Amino acid sequence: MSYATGTRVLVRPGDPDHHTRVPGYLRGHTGEVIATLGRWPLPDDSARGITPPRVETCYAVRFSARDLWGSGDHTVTVDLWESYLDQP
Amino acid sequence: MTSPDEASPDHTGHDGSGHHDLPAAARTRRLEERLIVAGLTSDDEIDAFLTGLYTSASPGNGARMTARAWTDPAYRDLLLSDGNTAAAREGFGELSYQLRVVANAEDVHNVIVCTLCSCYPVSLLGPSPGWYKSFAYRSRTVREPRAVLGEFGLNLPAQVQISVWDSTSEARYMVLPARPAGTGGLAAGELAALVTRNGLIGTALV
Repeated sequence: MSYATGTRVLVRPGDPDHHTRVPGYLRGHTGEVIATLGRWPLPDDSARGITPPRVETCYAVRFSARDLWGSGDHTVTVDLWESYLDQP
Repeated sequence: MTSPDEASPDHTGHDGSGHHDLPAAARTRRLEERLIVAGLTSDDEIDAFLTGLYTSASPGNGARMTARAWTDPAYRDLLLSDGNTAAAREGFGELSYQLRVVANAEDVHNVIVCTLCSCYPVSLLGPSPGWYKSFAYRSRTVREPRAVLGEFGLNLPAQVQISVWDSTSEARYMVLPARPAGTGGLAAGELAALVTRNGLIGTALV
């Protein structure tokens, strides 16, 4: 599914046993889509030699430091492919 | 690109064991040979790429775009909405990534990091500094950016919001620093000379 700018999204929890571009510190956290970047091959597939890899929309998702770490007043924005996200 | 070597079973840190104690050039060559054997590249292609990179990649490129954005509002709008087209207007039309430029303002300061490896727009900022690839910078910038920036000598007022960008995709981020006060009379070349690589990463004001 696709996510409009402004949508709250959940980063899927779990730690796959293959290459992924989901930084561990985001797993299970909720952020807000602030931009749609483009459609690119999913690195999880490319790295495993799966051809053709899934091609998915990638989003810039913003997290508050307080949500991620329990403290801090900054934000962290991370680019995440659609498969990495779910509805909160 | 993204190939976190901390995931390698051979990664043993700096205690002298594992292949990390091989000189970097030998390790790089080993990797190149594997890629060539796999048919993914060739020595000629690697040489041509590196020659092109090291003769053209420079923070002067990002600085020139910044100086133009400071004096040309339409270019600034383009840079922030479509970085690749803006880069092409300054002669950098062959970027291998989507360029996203984020602007500093009175109340927001941007800083770039790549927690997974060391992604960064090399062609516009030049080869990345060693600290950008360090575990300390990569892990601490998302956790405590104000403290990290303080260690660079950049002590931001408490009311300035820090916005960290973790480069995990095919996009590459560049910071558009705010134009310093008192630079009204400077020509484009003089303005560009004020802009540093750290300013384009966000670890300096300009």
